[in-house]
Amino acid sequence: MLDQRLYTVSHPPYWHNGTSITAKSYHIMLAALPAVVMGIWQYGIPALRVLAFSVSWAMIWEYLLNRIMKRSVSIGDGNAAVVGLLLGMLLPATTPWYAVIVGTFVAMLIGKHMYGGIGCNPLNPSLVALAILLLSWKALLDFDVALRNYELGFAMTYPLTVMKYFGPKAASEYSLWGMFLGRQSGAIGATFGLGLVIGGLYLILRGFIRWEISGSFLAGVFLTAFFFNLGDPEKYGAPLFHLVTGYTLISAFFLATEDSSSPVNTLPMVIYGLGGGALTVLIRNVGSFVDGAVFAILLMNIANPLLDKIRPRALGKGIEHA
Amino acid sequence: MIKKAFFGFGKPKLRYSIVGNYEKESLEDIPLPSIAYLSVRDTFERVDELAIRLGDRVRTGQKLKLTVKSLHPFVSPVTGTIKSMLPQTRYSGEPSTSVAIEVMEDVWDEEFRMTAKTPSTRVVQDFLGSLPGQLELGSLLGLQPPLKTFVINGMDQDLLVTTNQIALKMGADHFRRGAEILKSIGGAERILLLVSSELAPEVQNSGLEVRVMDPAYPSMLPRLVMKSVFSKEVPAGKECETMGVGFINAEAVVSLGKAFAQFQVPVHKLFTVIRKNGSLVHGRARIGTPVKDVLLALQIGTAHGDGVVLGGPMTGRALLSDETPVLYDTDAVMVQDREEIVRSSDTHCVNCGECVRACPAHIPVNMLIRFLENGMWEDAVNRYDLLSCVECGLCSYVCPARIPLFQHIMLGKHEFARTKRMEEAHA
Repeated sequence: MLDQRLYTVSHPPYWHNGTSITAKSYHIMLAALPAVVMGIWQYGIPALRVLAFSVSWAMIWEYLLNRIMKRSVSIGDGNAAVVGLLLGMLLPATTPWYAVIVGTFVAMLIGKHMYGGIGCNPLNPSLVALAILLLSWKALLDFDVALRNYELGFAMTYPLTVMKYFGPKAASEYSLWGMFLGRQSGAIGATFGLGLVIGGLYLILRGFIRWEISGSFLAGVFLTAFFFNLGDPEKYGAPLFHLVTGYTLISAFFLATEDSSSPVNTLPMVIYGLGGGALTVLIRNVGSFVDGAVFAILLMNIANPLLDKIRPRALGKGIEHA
Repeated sequence: MIKKAFFGFGKPKLRYSIVGNYEKESLEDIPLPSIAYLSVRDTFERVDELAIRLGDRVRTGQKLKLTVKSLHPFVSPVTGTIKSMLPQTRYSGEPSTSVAIEVMEDVWDEEFRMTAKTPSTRVVQDFLGSLPGQLELGSLLGLQPPLKTFVINGMDQDLLVTTNQIALKMGADHFRRGAEILKSIGGAERILLLVSSELAPEVQNSGLEVRVMDPAYPSMLPRLVMKSVFSKEVPAGKECETMGVGFINAEAVVSLGKAFAQFQVPVHKLFTVIRKNGSLVHGRARIGTPVKDVLLALQIGTAHGDGVVLGGPMTGRALLSDETPVLYDTDAVMVQDREEIVRSSDTHCVNCGECVRACPAHIPVNMLIRFLENGMWEDAVNRYDLLSCVECGLCSYVCPARIPLFQHIMLGKHEFARTKRMEEAHA
């Protein structure tokens, strides 16, 4: 019996197209690099510190929570690193160490593992963490306070704050193109629009994220801002201003597109994106927060299971025998 | 193995292999095996029920029955002595019997020659119930009411496999004769032949209605053909036969024509062999030849842990042992290196939606899998369209979490059918 040849038996198909969750995670991190490198170049070592701390603590929490919950260690799939990196990109460069540790803990426990780990989270883990940090330590995430000691050669006031409290006239000192190229204050990885767009287009072309979500999110922001602007140009900013400021671009390409918390069917993806974009501008223009992207996406995450009920009829379903 | 393209955000673009200018020389004849194995549909409980016994001599083409009361005759494809009869479970869970015959030089049985002067449903059901290319031709012809339409598949159902196309190309004359017989005894109003555009000119004079098909996988699966060719959807959970349409492989039609042209029961099966490096060779072996003998004759070595599959890469069935024989429906033998075998994982579904976009039947696989993983078969069927599945395997092929989705689906279908049968039995 010892020298008997046994074949490996498995179920068809015997081919696979070669994709994996690990590859997907690494490509998302690769796509985020242009924006990340710009952030480090602008804010220096403190920015690198926040990012490194965030990625490593997200992975440490992942490992510890895997162990505590007696699940197989899933640190190798790269998802924890992605969540950590995205959270780091959303924070100002001066975020203190304890906020990063708490943030990553919240992201991993409340954002992900409480529901059963990867794929089971109803909300985007990075955004859950950011929302809780925003509500807990408002001053730490106020970019005008956090970045007051930086002088980078452009206006260091947060463009969305200026727009919200001083109106489009005051905000007209910002050049749209300059902001798109990263000449604006803000979170480490969210200000370099061009880098985010390049990364996002890479992910779309490679098939890692869906263009329906990114495209409709941007359309939602643009259209809503356009109508507000049309109604009262003295009070509300132009649509292009909303597209290049705050968390808009990182949301469209990296946050709203998170797999588990976004729909999979075409029409639901479009509604999800449009809704997220519209809510972002609504909160910015009418709500009490300076930037609305965080809560807009979280709200649409909640609507996701309901949206995904809009789906095509399956083959042979609901047909009686002819 | 076909990997995802570097740039790719659409559906997987897999295409059937199409036979162009085929060289006849590359068909390898596999020598007669020393032992042939048959899979017989019946079972037996007591020895005194048996119609054949150990040590009995059987002739090639001889009509046999396993038990005295059996309703399913079968034909011995070889001459020899019956060596063993063992109970066996088929893939679908159906109990059957494996009959091993120690092979000797061919002596042809004369009964078919005597009765085959005029083709009739009766003769076909007695001797040609299983034909190379079609396991269940007899039961297809015996359906009541008779089928209105026959669809002859002149392409193949899985990737890389070109068996039907080769059979059609090599046996064009027999095919014409077979189609005529099918017309005369089948009672169908319409016979449709599906071919690739490459083969279309060669079958123009077959006297059949010819339809050229797009070779994009999985367009040749029966339920999808029903939709694309007849614009009819088969209700979920029902078979195409309930719509009056029967699917027959071109190879079976060739076999049918050959049987009545040569007055011999066809006993050779044509198949595609897919080597470890993906290269193809075509073989012809006696029905019942163990895969071991096929691989030996073609000098294909296998090692412990490799995969050997009967059928193609998307829907074939993996073998545990190479004693498994080539049977009437073995269209391909695929050998896979142990390094190439796809390992599945127990990761949760990450809801990326690749399967939903790949599914030709529009099943919400991302939701379905959540119910299947938890054994909720009723919900899977009623709410998430389990029975709409056309069994193409694309969902597993594209899944980045490498969840064995297709396996979960087949298990779900099997378990659902089983519970339903039990409920009906106890109702």
